[in-house]
Amino acid sequence: MSKPARAVGIEITGVNLSYGATHVLKDVALSIRPGEFFAFLGPSGCGKTTLLRLIAGFAQAQTGKVLLDGQDVAPLPPWKRDVGMVFQSYALWPHMTVAKNVAFGLEERRLPRAEIDRRVAQALDLVGLSAYAERRPAQLSGGQQQRVAVARTIAIEPKVLLLDEPLSNLDAKMRVSVRRELRSLQQRLGLTTIFVTHDQEEANTICDRIAVMDAGTVQQVGTPMELYENPANLFVANFLGSANILDERAGVPIPSGKRLVFRPQHAALTSPESAPLRGPVTHREFLGATVRYAVRIGDSEVLIETPFQSGSELRDVGDNVGVDLPARRMLFLPA
Amino acid sequence: MSSIRSPGQIALALAIALFLGVFLIVPVATVVYVAFTEKGGGGLTLVNFLDFGRTDLFVRSFWNSVYVSAMTVVWASVLALPLAYLTTRFEFRGAMLVQTLGFLPLIMPPFVGAVAMQLLFGRNGSVNLLLDEWFDFKIGFMEGLNGVIFLQAIHYFPFILVNLSAALRNIDRSMEEAAQNLGSHGLRLFRRIALPLALPGYIAGASLVFVKVFDDVATPLLLNVKEMLAPQAYLRITSIGIDDPMGYVISVVLMLVAVATMWATALVMKGKDYATTQRGGGGLARRQLRPREQALAYAVVIFILALVLAPHVGLVLLSFATVWSYSPLPDGYTLAHYTRVLGDSSVYIKNTLLYAGLAATIDVVIGGAIAYLVLRTRLAGRQWLDWAASTALAVPGVVLGIGYLRAFYGVNLPDGAPLATLWIVIVLAIAIRRLPYALRAAYAALQQISVSLEEAAENLGATKARTVRRVVIPLMTGGLLAGFVTSFATAAVELSAVLILVQSNSDAPLAYGLYVLMQTPAGRGAGAALGVIAVLIVAVCMWLSQLAVDRSQRARGLDI
Repeated sequence: MSKPARAVGIEITGVNLSYGATHVLKDVALSIRPGEFFAFLGPSGCGKTTLLRLIAGFAQAQTGKVLLDGQDVAPLPPWKRDVGMVFQSYALWPHMTVAKNVAFGLEERRLPRAEIDRRVAQALDLVGLSAYAERRPAQLSGGQQQRVAVARTIAIEPKVLLLDEPLSNLDAKMRVSVRRELRSLQQRLGLTTIFVTHDQEEANTICDRIAVMDAGTVQQVGTPMELYENPANLFVANFLGSANILDERAGVPIPSGKRLVFRPQHAALTSPESAPLRGPVTHREFLGATVRYAVRIGDSEVLIETPFQSGSELRDVGDNVGVDLPARRMLFLPA
Repeated sequence: MSSIRSPGQIALALAIALFLGVFLIVPVATVVYVAFTEKGGGGLTLVNFLDFGRTDLFVRSFWNSVYVSAMTVVWASVLALPLAYLTTRFEFRGAMLVQTLGFLPLIMPPFVGAVAMQLLFGRNGSVNLLLDEWFDFKIGFMEGLNGVIFLQAIHYFPFILVNLSAALRNIDRSMEEAAQNLGSHGLRLFRRIALPLALPGYIAGASLVFVKVFDDVATPLLLNVKEMLAPQAYLRITSIGIDDPMGYVISVVLMLVAVATMWATALVMKGKDYATTQRGGGGLARRQLRPREQALAYAVVIFILALVLAPHVGLVLLSFATVWSYSPLPDGYTLAHYTRVLGDSSVYIKNTLLYAGLAATIDVVIGGAIAYLVLRTRLAGRQWLDWAASTALAVPGVVLGIGYLRAFYGVNLPDGAPLATLWIVIVLAIAIRRLPYALRAAYAALQQISVSLEEAAENLGATKARTVRRVVIPLMTGGLLAGFVTSFATAAVELSAVLILVQSNSDAPLAYGLYVLMQTPAGRGAGAALGVIAVLIVAVCMWLSQLAVDRSQRARGLDI
């Protein structure tokens, strides 16, 4: 914990997992690099938590392998894996003090008392809770409980750190500060970390790379910017930021079997005569820095966001407008 | 919820208060008063308690009772712990079997099987005869206090099992997964995480067992153990008379122990309400047992099941036996005992049905009324009714019986007979004893009914009284019916208060008849036949009550 341990990589290949008739993970393959802050991002029910639990040993796959530092972990029960997991509910034991909670894993490893005390103090110091060692979990705020859960996990110096929606039980303000803390802690420890979330902003702000998941499959892996700029399919385009999706009925040439995708802020409004995409404004929302228009094109509605400066002229609902979209901003994705 | 205090509600509350006052508070207060009064009606004094402390017999009896109750808790825990662990943490088909065990103590109180257990496990009982023949040794299962402990433990361990299993199931699974993730597993994980978190449930069950055993009169007496506190209270009053203060002093001590146990329980539980089931919760994924473990698990379950069923099996054997002594099994079988109890002893059965029926009706009416007043009105002091009714939990049956005897013996009817000798007094005592349970059932039934259903009726023009009659009562029927049947079933085997109050055999219920018959070797067969009939009555009632609850749940679309 003091000295950054040698970071460990994770290889997941050909994983299929079913609970009865429900196919939860389908042919999942991922490669997580040593020291990386990696996110599993997707809507609820996409299999991201199951994949995390598979790595921790709380779920069994029917096929495929999970390699930790090149070693297959399938034969290892959860208590022999050395992967630290921070639970969504924190799972702090209410019958133990904060210090006892943090000491638990060290006691299970039969370390000498002095060593345990030293590492408990160090872990609590790292998360800034040294003054709370003798409190009970119920006496702490949600953010403090979360830090105890992290301290308890990193005290055992795990090979990798798994975070299961660690911010979901915090209020909006806490989330921003806690995620920065998590990021800086991970940087200091150099620990390979997997972060499970359904919130794209959380994933974008603190993770090196993201695996976007839906319906049990990995849709795309990449850095936040790669995913935003070059989504591999409609799901990824829609899940990271908002996207307008048009088919061939829109009035512009679209390759067959594909859809035209573009971001609201990449288009501008112009006169209807000069643009192939045109239609009436159906809604207008003033957002401060931008104005968001909804424009009906054929059967679809697209959103256009234009910067707002004082004095600039706004379109009204019912106005016929054209949508000016530069060719380099057009994405053609499989339907 | 309307806050109008209607005159009807006030009258109802006063009537209930009067009932509880006369049939619970006054008798108990009388017992306490007599305990602190000099013999012969002098002033207040502590001299009776000093006498109690100076009498070797009483002090010995007190410690015997403490020892027996504590050891019962220990042995009951030894039986309950592995079963609770097995059924809540493993994929185990025997789990259903174990769950049904939870109902057995309700079906048969321990005194019913006492004599049968002597015949099975006594010095010359079946098991010891076989042990002696095969291995040349005997085990003193039933010797003295051990017999009481043995019998009580196998009867009451399900109270611990049920509470502990529920507590274990309510632990959020991440609690144990986190421990596994940090390197813990198996029994060590159970000891460090699961058990401490389930401790409140365990303590609730254990303290219940402690109090029930401490207050039990009939089981020690049937095993011929007299040097325990509750039997001493009974013997003192019945052999020396109702003027002797020691019976009252012992009664006060019994109540103090019950209250102290409940208080200590509350104290230990304080701050330990680990409701850890959170969102994303659910129990720990149950582990599959390996074949060897599975065999071991079944062996444990079958062993415990055999123990639990032993009194029942023994009772059935005894009820059909011609002669059964100094042999593993009866010498021959006969229906004579059943003919006898269904013939001349049928008055016991008739009385039981009458008493239990009346007592259960009183309980449901009063319990339902208190629940309504507490949950649906704003009458001042309504909570007192609940508290008063619930204090019955801390009053041992023998104490209530003594209180009735003392408080109502001086009250004479127009024809000169004391009020305390009337059979209806037995009914009232049973009703008071069962009231707390009926009250909980009524609360549960009423809490399921949304207040808006009543407000809708009032909004459409129904008065309070008519709303109760046309909306509340019909919706509560299932719950109240279940409360009635449970009260009826447990009232049918109530003995400790009855033992004191029965004046003549013709007024005696089945439990009393069983107790009397079991005293003599000649009566045992008939006693056992009565016991079997009692068990059947109770078992049928339990089944009916389950049916009533299921049906009313389904009728309201509350599929469970």
